[in-house]
Amino acid sequence: MSILSIRGVSRSFETAGRAPTIALQATDLEVEENDFITILGPSGCGKSTLLRIVAGLDKQSSGEALLDGKRIEGPSAGRGMVFQSYTLFPWLTVLDNVCFGLRERNLPRAEQLEIANAFIQKVGLRGFENHFPKQLSGGMQQRTALARALANNPRMLLMDEPFGALDHQTRELMQELLLGIWEAEKKTVLFVTHDIDEAVFMGSRVVVMSARPGRIKLNREVPLPHPRHYSIKTTPVFSELKAELMEQVRAEVIASQNIAA
Amino acid sequence: MKPLTPVSPTARIALGISFFALFIAVWSLATFGGFVSKTFLADPIMMVKSGYTLLTEMDFAKDIGMTVWRVLGGFLLAAVLALPLGVMMGAYKPIEAFFEPFVSFARYLPASAFIPLLILWAGIGEAQKLAVIFIGSFFQLVLMIAVVVGNTRRDLVEAAYTLGATDASLVKRVLIPGAAPEIAEILRMVLGWAWTYVIVAELIGASSGIGHMITDSQALLATDQIIFGIIVIGLIGLISDLFFKVANRKLFPWAQLGK
Repeated sequence: MSILSIRGVSRSFETAGRAPTIALQATDLEVEENDFITILGPSGCGKSTLLRIVAGLDKQSSGEALLDGKRIEGPSAGRGMVFQSYTLFPWLTVLDNVCFGLRERNLPRAEQLEIANAFIQKVGLRGFENHFPKQLSGGMQQRTALARALANNPRMLLMDEPFGALDHQTRELMQELLLGIWEAEKKTVLFVTHDIDEAVFMGSRVVVMSARPGRIKLNREVPLPHPRHYSIKTTPVFSELKAELMEQVRAEVIASQNIAA
Repeated sequence: MKPLTPVSPTARIALGISFFALFIAVWSLATFGGFVSKTFLADPIMMVKSGYTLLTEMDFAKDIGMTVWRVLGGFLLAAVLALPLGVMMGAYKPIEAFFEPFVSFARYLPASAFIPLLILWAGIGEAQKLAVIFIGSFFQLVLMIAVVVGNTRRDLVEAAYTLGATDASLVKRVLIPGAAPEIAEILRMVLGWAWTYVIVAELIGASSGIGHMITDSQALLATDQIIFGIIVIGLIGLISDLFFKVANRKLFPWAQLGK
């Protein structure tokens, strides 16, 4: 059974005196337990909008999004999110950032620390517990943000180009880290990106979105076994799927350029 | 010199002190050199001497104490009330819409213009002095705190919500701690303004305080005493500023990072 059902979800923005701008066309998507779905598309295609609607941070104009059969009405700890921008609370240490959601649930401090330390360990930040976010590199900040979201034990993990601001090498290491955690924890993940390599390497399914107004154009299973090693990126299966997706995305990028022009 | 390049701490202190030295040198030159009549401007040595007399024989320390008490009293009263109101206005837009226009209007009302009215209402006692300080700082504090709280990064707010924060805990655990260093900075600044109001309040209808001593000295053409009084105010301002800076660094170490 699917854990997330997106049914006819669309989003348009009203502008005074003009026809509403449609950011997202009526979209359907079913997400199964333990899926790792990567959403690919040109910028402005509404992929982040879709993710934000699932997070409860944005409201759809029509349709409904159901999590475990219940309509999503607003954000909750059940859908942890990692943003592209660095969103650690600058006044809290790494440890207290990871404890944020646990404290919100009024867990006893000892229990908070136990959970937080376990996840800090998992993202490889042991020894940095008492650092402030500004003392960390971008990659370390995003690893903390990941630990912070995971510590809440969310039903789903939503990621909005979380590695988008990182340099190429750091980004690849982060992908492996996240994939390793996903393989171990069996989380359900919705991951927005515009990096095709990333989408194929991480995803159990890749969803390609069209240029604005966005809709789902392609929903393809990734036929690569788990656990995945980074060397899988040089295999023929990987290259084939990548080549196909590249064509699809390229067509949409060109289309979006034409809209803009 | 390159733009925005920092200077070393020792150079910073040396440069800061050297301007004071230059200031005193120009002052000495103007007075000892006979360029300015002693009636209008006392020389530095006369100023120090009369300052000593003020402190030892004329109970000036009590005046200083009174003035400090008035500033702190009026300012603390304003801060205690402005903090919750400013935070609520920054956090909740209907509350802001309700108060903001009036507070914006009220902050342009010059506190010193209220003095005659306040004397009428509260007499020439301490309540009137505190009220001047209060009016001068309260509205400024409210508006500035509301702006800082309202400027909280929206992505931090969203992150907090996806971590399960409720509206109340968002205010308590995100808006307030995030704005705290800037609020402390606002308090430091407005306390400086409060010092200008207290002197004005003491120039009219006071029987003690630094401002009162200055008005008395004016009648006697004692420019040395007036200057000493002004310098004392400057020094106290400098000390309170320093105190705030040290306290901020201790309280909000994270806000100092990457500066």
